[in-house]
Amino acid sequence: MVQVMLWGSLTSFTEGRTALEIEAANIKELLERLEEHYPGLKPTLEKGVSVSIDGMIYNDAWFQPINPDSEVYLLPRLEGG
Amino acid sequence: MGTHEPAFDVVGTRPLRPDGVEKVTGSAKFGADLTAPGMLVGKILRSSHAHARIRSIDTSKAEALPGVKAVITCKNFDKAKISPAKQNILCNIMAQEKALYDGHAVAAVAAISNQIARKALRLIEVDYEVLAHVTDVEEAMRPSAPVIQDDMFTVGVTPQPTQASNIAKRSEFGHGDVEKGFSQADVIIERQFKTAATHQGYIEPHACLANVTQDGQGELWCCTQGHFMVREVCAELIGMDISKLRVTASEIGGGFGGKTTVFIEPVALVLSREAGRPVKIVMSRDEVFRASGPTSSTSMRVKIGAKNDGIFTACEAELKYQGGAFADSPVQLGAMSAFACYNLENVKTVGYDVATNRPKNVAYRAPGAPMAAYAVESVVAEIADRLGIDQLELRLKNAAREGTKSSYGPVFKRMGLVETLQAAKVHDHYSAPLGPNQGRGVASGFWFNFGGQTCVSLNINVDGTIAIAVGTPDIGGSRASMCLMAAEELGIAYDNVRTIIADTSSLGYNDVTDGSRATFASGLAIINAARDAKAKLCARAAKTWDIPAEAVIWENGCAKPAGANAGNFAPLSLAEIAANAEKTGGPIAGHFEVNAGGAGVSFATHIVDAEVDRETGFVKILRYTVAQDAGKAVHPSYVEGQFQGGAVQGIGWAINEEYIYGEDGKLQNPGFLDYRIPVASDLPMIDTVIVEVPNPGHPYGVRGVGETSIVPPLAAISNAVSAAAGVRLTELPMSPPRVLKALEDSPDR
Repeated sequence: MVQVMLWGSLTSFTEGRTALEIEAANIKELLERLEEHYPGLKPTLEKGVSVSIDGMIYNDAWFQPINPDSEVYLLPRLEGG
Repeated sequence: MGTHEPAFDVVGTRPLRPDGVEKVTGSAKFGADLTAPGMLVGKILRSSHAHARIRSIDTSKAEALPGVKAVITCKNFDKAKISPAKQNILCNIMAQEKALYDGHAVAAVAAISNQIARKALRLIEVDYEVLAHVTDVEEAMRPSAPVIQDDMFTVGVTPQPTQASNIAKRSEFGHGDVEKGFSQADVIIERQFKTAATHQGYIEPHACLANVTQDGQGELWCCTQGHFMVREVCAELIGMDISKLRVTASEIGGGFGGKTTVFIEPVALVLSREAGRPVKIVMSRDEVFRASGPTSSTSMRVKIGAKNDGIFTACEAELKYQGGAFADSPVQLGAMSAFACYNLENVKTVGYDVATNRPKNVAYRAPGAPMAAYAVESVVAEIADRLGIDQLELRLKNAAREGTKSSYGPVFKRMGLVETLQAAKVHDHYSAPLGPNQGRGVASGFWFNFGGQTCVSLNINVDGTIAIAVGTPDIGGSRASMCLMAAEELGIAYDNVRTIIADTSSLGYNDVTDGSRATFASGLAIINAARDAKAKLCARAAKTWDIPAEAVIWENGCAKPAGANAGNFAPLSLAEIAANAEKTGGPIAGHFEVNAGGAGVSFATHIVDAEVDRETGFVKILRYTVAQDAGKAVHPSYVEGQFQGGAVQGIGWAINEEYIYGEDGKLQNPGFLDYRIPVASDLPMIDTVIVEVPNPGHPYGVRGVGETSIVPPLAAISNAVSAAAGVRLTELPMSPPRVLKALEDSPDR
């Protein structure tokens, strides 16, 4: 199980919880399980998110491994100018 | 200054820029420079109403005008076939049921001359039902405001509203307990701030040349930060297979985020398809202001609590950004970055993304961060003054470091904020004397940076020179940096390497040049492509010597036997191996494809001296110093240029630039005479200090540098002007009338 932290406004889809325990070994599994367990997150996930694993931020990198003790944050998709 | 001394031979030097001669002689080809036989002129009719229902559009008179070859409206795009993610892009490039802002495209023509195209636009009859409009973010949030998008129901609040409004979403970030933190504070300062919308201000207007042939093949030449993005978006909007559309990026006369989407390109393609001839569209400056860019105007509240020793106990911000007619503001990035410079136990930011009758918001260099930093760093400056603590010392006391839990969540890896603060502190600028009516301000800033999809090729020519193809348009010197990194890796001279921006049919997909990613991600890919090529070069040498490939190493630009047992062969240079490529197995090339992660965060600290004319309110910037962490400066002159460019844009944003709307919802100043960007005579020489704290996510330690430099200036300049004026200014731009009013309202007057 990994613990994934959400940003505040997503808690309306996760029964008020900002920290979720998810069985996932990579980003693909993480996003699939999040959508499965919390269908309200689907529009946000479909629109695109970034995932921070141990301080490194990834966009759409499905197979990036996640260790059970990794620090994982779901973030709004990063954009730049 | 650096925190380490890595051994580089070529990286870190300052060779001549590869595009220099073309740029200074005027031969570089920008978006409007290409012509084609039989080319038509494309022009776009734009709404003069801020908000209006389009009852009908009659194009018959325009179509009948001799010389007109095509007239199009939204009916020429198949809205039903466009994915939800691109519906807003379609609606922005050609209005559907409603015109949503002054300047919104409603129809377009292609004709044999400029004059005929303009005349044709005047012959198009649009029947509008004018609707109430709103352009101010606070007014747009009121329940009584006219609703711009009927299907906009605020996301991020519980329960989700069932009534449409202009508030697209509410976002919240942070950790700890801010109320508890404020209860522990000895001093609390809370202020409201406002910033005006500004345009990216690129000198080159949007321009493109499109040609769709009768067999359905398309070619597009355009100025853009991402031609692969242009290809994919245009292909979907006009219903074409991606493989049938080839897009070439021209040289680019500035983008700053504003060229990360499409405006005229799909319109030109459809006009060309309808007319059966090439069509060129070049935006006027008026169109650039009214219908492209800009960034958000904002309304913000920031509250910071601190102990008497300066340690922050709680930080809170409420950010309201308007994002134009589709609520595309970067408020989430503003909310995430607002307090990223600080190590905080209790922090909370709330952001509101709001729709108004203004142009669709487009990214502008570190989108969302400069405004948030302006509000936060203004209050930090007040805290320092209130507590009698040196400005930089207060920031150092609270600075985020490696291991700090960031205000947006993740724990920071190695990063260089403290080093920039220390560099500023020892810079002679910080202790230089000031004269009457002069003030000094400092501010720090943060940007995320990111990597993204990248694909490159590195081809070894038969004479031993290198031809590199990348897919990230060069908006700030990345071609020179690619050459330097390839030369470094291969052990050859910079002059032997040439980099081009390949068209979309020549490489795999590349993300847009944004997020300060080109030197980081394309550079990372080039280094790996060079390593791929080196392995192949070693294999060719091994074949030549008839020894195992593992027995050959690459050193100083040559293949060498790796020890006595490998045999006694004279080294083979890259040129020697290349010359025999045909005989040893054919062409030699290195390739690399990646969705790059690992972009290191970036921080900067700026120092500004400003002088206020107390009679006119005029602000003069006297001196400016930028200290920023570059990770590793591949080409230091370009890095300094990015630092200076960010500071200059920030000076414009802080004291001059402003979208001004009339009561009628029309933009009042769509031109550089009335929307004043800084020119050279407005500016001091901007000093730079390159800090180098290597990014662990890049082989050479590179961090993106393009965006962070726009984050601190608004606050640093406001802090300087406030110090000079003796009164806290809380609204940008600090134009003479606003400064005069602040002086008049000052209790010390």
